[in-house]
Amino acid sequence: MRSRKDNIFHGIDWILVLFYFIFIFLGWINIYAATISENDFDLLNFSTEYGKQLIWIGFCIPIILLILMFEAKFYEKYAPIIYFIFLVLLAGLFVLGKNINGSTSWYAIGSFSLQPSEFTKAATALAIAKLVSDKMFNLKKLGTQVQALLLLFFPAILIILQPDPGSALVYAAFIFVLYREGLPFYYITVGFIALFLFVITLILGYEVTLISSLVLFICILLYFIFYRPRAFRKGWIKIIGIYLMSAMFIFSVDLVFNHVFKQHHRDRFNIILGKTVDMKGVGYNTDQSVTTIASGGFFGKGFLQGERTQGNFVPEQKTDYIFTTVGEEWGFVGSALVIILFVAFLLRIIDRAEQQKAKFSRIYGYSIVAIFFMHFVINIGMVIGLVPTIGIPLPFFSYGGSALWGFTVLLFIFIRLDANKIYEW
Amino acid sequence: MKRTGLLSFLIIFIGVVYIARLFYLQVLDNSFNTSTLNNSAVKVMYDYPERGYIFDRNGVLLVANQLSYDVMVIPREVKPMDTIAFCALLKITKEEFIEKIENASRYSTRIPSTFLQQVSKDDYASLQEILYKFKGFYIQKRSLREYPKKSAANVLGYISEVNEAMINNNPKYHLGELIGTAGVEKSYEEVLRGTKGVKFIQRDRFNKEIGSFKNGLYDTLPISGNDITLTIDAVLQQYGEALMTNKRGGIVAIEPSTGEILAMVSMPTYDPNLMVGRDRSKNFTKLYLDNINKPLLDRGLQAQYPPGSPFKVISALVALQENVITTASSIQCFGGYKYGSGKSSFMRCHCETSGSPVNLNVAIYRSCNSYFATAYRKVIDKFPTPTEGVNVWGKHAESFGLGNYLDNDLSVGQKGNIPNGNLYSKIYPNGRWRSTATISNAIGQGEVLTTPIQLANMTAAIANEGFYYIPHIAKKIKGKPLDKKFTTPIYTTIDKKHFKPVIDGLFDVFENPRGTARGSRVEGLEISGKTGTSENPHGQDHSIFIAFAPTHNPKIAIAVFVENGYWGSRWAGPIATLMIEKYLTGKIGRPLVEERMMEGSIQEEYDKQLK
Repeated sequence: MRSRKDNIFHGIDWILVLFYFIFIFLGWINIYAATISENDFDLLNFSTEYGKQLIWIGFCIPIILLILMFEAKFYEKYAPIIYFIFLVLLAGLFVLGKNINGSTSWYAIGSFSLQPSEFTKAATALAIAKLVSDKMFNLKKLGTQVQALLLLFFPAILIILQPDPGSALVYAAFIFVLYREGLPFYYITVGFIALFLFVITLILGYEVTLISSLVLFICILLYFIFYRPRAFRKGWIKIIGIYLMSAMFIFSVDLVFNHVFKQHHRDRFNIILGKTVDMKGVGYNTDQSVTTIASGGFFGKGFLQGERTQGNFVPEQKTDYIFTTVGEEWGFVGSALVIILFVAFLLRIIDRAEQQKAKFSRIYGYSIVAIFFMHFVINIGMVIGLVPTIGIPLPFFSYGGSALWGFTVLLFIFIRLDANKIYEW
Repeated sequence: MKRTGLLSFLIIFIGVVYIARLFYLQVLDNSFNTSTLNNSAVKVMYDYPERGYIFDRNGVLLVANQLSYDVMVIPREVKPMDTIAFCALLKITKEEFIEKIENASRYSTRIPSTFLQQVSKDDYASLQEILYKFKGFYIQKRSLREYPKKSAANVLGYISEVNEAMINNNPKYHLGELIGTAGVEKSYEEVLRGTKGVKFIQRDRFNKEIGSFKNGLYDTLPISGNDITLTIDAVLQQYGEALMTNKRGGIVAIEPSTGEILAMVSMPTYDPNLMVGRDRSKNFTKLYLDNINKPLLDRGLQAQYPPGSPFKVISALVALQENVITTASSIQCFGGYKYGSGKSSFMRCHCETSGSPVNLNVAIYRSCNSYFATAYRKVIDKFPTPTEGVNVWGKHAESFGLGNYLDNDLSVGQKGNIPNGNLYSKIYPNGRWRSTATISNAIGQGEVLTTPIQLANMTAAIANEGFYYIPHIAKKIKGKPLDKKFTTPIYTTIDKKHFKPVIDGLFDVFENPRGTARGSRVEGLEISGKTGTSENPHGQDHSIFIAFAPTHNPKIAIAVFVENGYWGSRWAGPIATLMIEKYLTGKIGRPLVEERMMEGSIQEEYDKQLK
């Protein structure tokens, strides 16, 4: 058995590896299309962006090998330390960080920069897995819930302060992990109701929302009084309490939106809700991105044939808006295929996670699904004009070394843990 | 297992929603992807075609194009350069150079301004080769309209920049493009404009051009506009304008055998060259705001006058057709026609026949009001109700092209008015009206209104003895046959046999010693015509004349209106016959009459109206 265990590739899920390389390949193809200019045709010209991305991809191989070399136990054992190291790295940004595009999220090492927050996701996932997999840990209890939430809160708040609230939003995904491991359902319910009320309030304005919710509330109340008198007597405090909380929430949405949010945040919501149609100013990104995708049509314009891509119409196309290249050059066929691939990829990880014997591996698996899912929902949603502009990358597609390595680490730690399950009898 | 399903469910749900959204954007919502060329990544540059030329019926050039080369400058793109060489090249002094640059910068540093206008062709050739050295300067070629004859402004019209509304209605046009907005330029815009060439240029989001789009796969070359030959006779047109000097009114001359418009004069007019070049907008505003002379109003097409006595011809023809009179029927006229019991129910008459029998022939050449009033009443009273009577009468009149647009190829027009029974039912709501209430119609007053072109067309129909061709302005259009409707005769409701006696009467207007236009007779020409003096609310009576010649096999039918010209034979008669003489013989045998017409002015009369 020992010799088998020495083979670091033994037991790994080749299907996930295949998904990984397909994504990397498709991603690079589109980065190439988005960044090539008429003058250079040299594939290995490392001063170009597609050339650099090729280097980052090349570095992924040693990273993957390194991750696979460690034993699964290592990750479980040292999870708290890894987590702590990355918290320190995040905090260190406030002293040593380099400011790019208004966020101090980078460490400059020579000519290139590293973004620790891309790796903190993996560290946090490990820490959560470690915490929640403890046999004494019970998510039904308020104290343990707070424990878990604090674990998420530290990296999130450090990232918000950089400021990079988009990346911090990803940590909200862990609610699905906690729910899977026993967090009461009403957390999810409350989350969705809050999201729903938030959107409704923004669309209708808080006066209308308050009044219509009051009408709805009175109807429900009357229903209970006349048809469920016993339930009403038992739970009237709960019903009224829920309503008062919702009303306060609706009111606070308005307050937060108009007084805490900055103008550009408001603009981003207003554009998605169709309240602002300034296609030359604040709406430029979304308009260009949606137009570019739409211009692809059913079959797309073909590789390097997208004139909007070649004309660099979409700002940040190679990073957050890389999906527009897919949309324009590969059309509905290509972009739907990418979405189907992502869905299949995520479902595959869930499937593998559910098969884990070790709770730690399962929770970690769930964590990365949640993180990938969050990136997928927000990034593509933003590009196709369904979600407000939140600048986070599309896993494996977007240009950038840190993000690529971060996602690679995230995925391959799971592949390592997954490969190990055969020894856990 | 419920807990494990939630995330999987959400993943699949979001996947479906996103694919649906992509399907909507990329497949269903076609507004974006109707054409790959239709987006902002591709700059479209147009190469404008040369507009078609316009000739008169004898091949005389009426409208041409002049090429103009302007040196343009974008001040902020100007780099330090050899100013002395540049000045020498353009043949300007250094001071002029500085002044021009400063002027341009003051206007805008980003938008191109004209640096030097209308560089000669020779200079252009040498400039073009060397101008690349001077950053920020380039040459713009533009094509301007040119009107060598300086006449027929109302016929030719003008071109102007398209406005927003036109662009919205017609995606073919873009801001800054020129479009015919009046006259032939407007009605034959499609023929004249040609097809512009298109060049597609790939550019990036900063609008920087980064090469031709798909190597010029979609680019096209401009196709010049087609030339048009008009039916206008430039000589006659200019002669008509000269005769109408210092008078207001219109002349329309038609070739009866084809419906071709030989001349269409509107006075006051303007030099069409005013509508070209740098002062265009200043000139246009001045013409547009002149609401005393109204030079932009085409009086030949748009001015509606009571036709007066020429309309009596219609009254006579209708009465003959309806069998209420014969050529032998006669009346006696004692200075007027009494049609009611009241003192005011009296239509005065100046035929001065003092009781001798007035038959159709006499009635026409003496223009007897009483005769035509009688004939008109007989027509109306033939029918059980006056409404029916007026309607039948109106139908006959309308068959001469009166009371409606002529459906021609001219850009403007007016309907005029031929009253029908409904009109009088409205005027007399109690329904108590009889033929006598409308008696003025008989002599072309009352509710009847016509435009000069309608009257000219009516004259052509009489000359043709019962049919006309829709008057039109285009004779030949390269590559396109003339519309069939202009070559199909339209028949009036009057039988051919009735025209002979009427034309005899019109002939006697000149030939009978007592004819009303005896004084306008032209030696050697057989002219038929009718004088007219139309009362109008604005002041002096209008002077009107219709005529055609030669009486047998007519070559020209003409209608002349001179506003406030007292009576028919004072201005309109001589002008009409001079026009006929000019057209048929090419020379004028009555220099004194010609001089009197050209020198004569009714300006005093017009000035009176202003008070």
